[in-house]
Amino acid sequence: MSTTITDTQKMIEEVLDAYPEKSKKDRAKHLAANDPTGQCSTCQVKSNIKSRPGVMTVRGCAYAGAKGVVWGPVKDQITVSHGPIGCGQYSWWSRRNYYNGQTGIDTFGTMHITTDFQEKNIVYGGDKGLDAALHELKDLFPLAKGIGILSECPVGLIGDDIEAVSKRVEKEFKFPIVPVRCEGFRGVSQSLGHHIANDTIKDYVLGKGELDTLTPYDVALIGDYNIGGDAWASRKILEEMGLRVISQYTGDASINEIAIATKAKLNLIHCYRSMNYICRHMEEEYGIPWMEFNFFGPTKTYDSIRKIAARFDEKIQKNAEAVIAKYTPVMDGIVEQYRPRLEGKKVMLYVGGLRPRHTIGAYEDLGMEVVASGYEFGHGDDYKRTYPELKEGAVIMDDATLYELEEFTRRLKPDMVGSGIKEKYSYHKLGVPFRQMHSWDYSGPYHGFDGFPVFARDMDMTVNSPTWDLIRRKK
Amino acid sequence: MRQIAIYGKGGIGKSTTTQNLVAALAEAGRKCMIIGCDPKADSTRLILNRKAQNTVMDMAREKGTVEDLDLDDVLLQGFKGIKCAESGGPEPGVGCAGRGVITAINFLEENGAYGDDTEFIFYDVLGDVVCGGFAMPIREGKAKEIYIVTSGEMMAMYAANNISRGVLKYAQSGGVRLGGLICNSRKTDKEFELISELASKLGTQMIHFVPRDNEVQRAELRKKTVIDYAPNHPQADEYRELARKIADNRNFVIPTPITMDELERLLMDYGIMESEEVAV
Repeated sequence: MSTTITDTQKMIEEVLDAYPEKSKKDRAKHLAANDPTGQCSTCQVKSNIKSRPGVMTVRGCAYAGAKGVVWGPVKDQITVSHGPIGCGQYSWWSRRNYYNGQTGIDTFGTMHITTDFQEKNIVYGGDKGLDAALHELKDLFPLAKGIGILSECPVGLIGDDIEAVSKRVEKEFKFPIVPVRCEGFRGVSQSLGHHIANDTIKDYVLGKGELDTLTPYDVALIGDYNIGGDAWASRKILEEMGLRVISQYTGDASINEIAIATKAKLNLIHCYRSMNYICRHMEEEYGIPWMEFNFFGPTKTYDSIRKIAARFDEKIQKNAEAVIAKYTPVMDGIVEQYRPRLEGKKVMLYVGGLRPRHTIGAYEDLGMEVVASGYEFGHGDDYKRTYPELKEGAVIMDDATLYELEEFTRRLKPDMVGSGIKEKYSYHKLGVPFRQMHSWDYSGPYHGFDGFPVFARDMDMTVNSPTWDLIRRKK
Repeated sequence: MRQIAIYGKGGIGKSTTTQNLVAALAEAGRKCMIIGCDPKADSTRLILNRKAQNTVMDMAREKGTVEDLDLDDVLLQGFKGIKCAESGGPEPGVGCAGRGVITAINFLEENGAYGDDTEFIFYDVLGDVVCGGFAMPIREGKAKEIYIVTSGEMMAMYAANNISRGVLKYAQSGGVRLGGLICNSRKTDKEFELISELASKLGTQMIHFVPRDNEVQRAELRKKTVIDYAPNHPQADEYRELARKIADNRNFVIPTPITMDELERLLMDYGIMESEEVAV
């Protein structure tokens, strides 16, 4: 075993030493030194299992996965948080999924709609109130194309029959009323919520739409949530390549786009973790192949453009090269501008979905090195895709605790940490440059050729801000 | 003030027994209150001579929240000044009746429904202890005394044993104790001996054997207790005797529930159930 791996393993053991024996044994399975070859058997982490009580996990719940991630961004569907007020309130457009449309008229993304359970709804059931809410919504928003009913915990506990309400009202309204059983107590993290949401897309919307003209270049862009306009940047590249994006979901998605998604020739999936289920389903049921791609940073983007083009004819392949040729000077300019300011800087990431692996290339384009990376709710297949992307001896973290994050920060001394809103302010207090990498810290897009200049600027702004020195000096 | 909870299998006669014995206590000059913990809201019908219309939860639903309720809306007086309240709750198959019981009891307690002069509060609780809500009367130091209504039928005994398990759980964390089994006779074979034996296995007593008598049904049809409808009937004396025994009871225990096998053996020992070998 190489020294970089053993050094990292030693550091992990030191960090773990603070835990009681049982916690230590448990947490040890979730932390490892990276071995890009995948041959080191002790370098694989355990994942997707219940968090240890008391460790202050930053994970979310099934409702967060279904409402916040998958269904929430669908713009012409009204997403109803069915239950008490809190879940809807605290997940209220927190991911900045941009969309086109007139909010409150034909789109509803930034609105917070809930059945606002009271004690009487718990005792007498919430189904009648839900029925009333659906009718009110139909009256208030006649241009809505569907309604999603996202179950909060109490709905599952009292056994409210939201499926029966949905079935009855769907017949009346003649558009999808989607009951989503994403009660927060189900599963170990938000991951199950993604799966539940995928299943409801499949059962209630997918394949129910018609598309008159078909072309050999029809593709669907899946699992891009258009955070800060990401999906628009990705779509632009695909269209410049000569592909026709017939469906893009769920960022800036319409119900119709999801309904016709089965007409695509190829499914391009951005966030594998949250939407691989629907891709696998379409592969089995409709024979539509799917592939993952990465539009973070020019190197990965060029690579992905070529891989996507290879699935099509020479015309597309020629277009792809032309697109790359067109943007290469622009991207080179960005690298030239920012690389000298970021060269050799170390990055620690602890995020979700695909960012722990997909953004590595973009950092490397700027001369930065990711020295630690981890997932809140990743599965084994996510980690398998991550090991080769990271350098030997980098720290791999699964469901990390705030204590572990702080300790690794002290020991690895990264020049920048990218994580979520719950970690942000403790890092500010530590005086460590930090970016909230779940929703790009109110910036974006970061995808594609439109996104990279923003990404580079933001990382420079974070790492080289004089603010951090002022904070540190105060101490 | 003694707070007493009555449990037992659904349909065993908890409400009828409770109302008759409370009527007997009231007749003897005791100040009593009955709180019905069952969405059916039929725990006070024989005392009020009509079905309670204003349950706590129904009124709360009508007015918005339980905070909007007045005690007078839901606290009624019946036979001999017995105070009556019903928790109310949803129709079968929807919502959470258990939460309704919790809300209703908290409301009554916080608003001083029990008063200073009430000597006995009886909680008449739905069927089995199916969830936390139905255990509310025996949690948090509310009812400290439990009586289980049963009969010589196997499922009633099974339920009695099951309820003892619930009592055991709360006996360890709180001060709740089992006061005895009330046998509401169904005229099954060797019923008296069987329930006496079950009681001793559970570590308690059969506090009274209430014989079966159609006078109870005749009174019920007129929305009355036997005490009220036919005070001179021998059955009224049975309830008076039960009331006296409960008022004088000092035998409070932590129950010792038995296993299903032991329960079956008990039924075999009394010849009610054939052993499997014989059955084959």
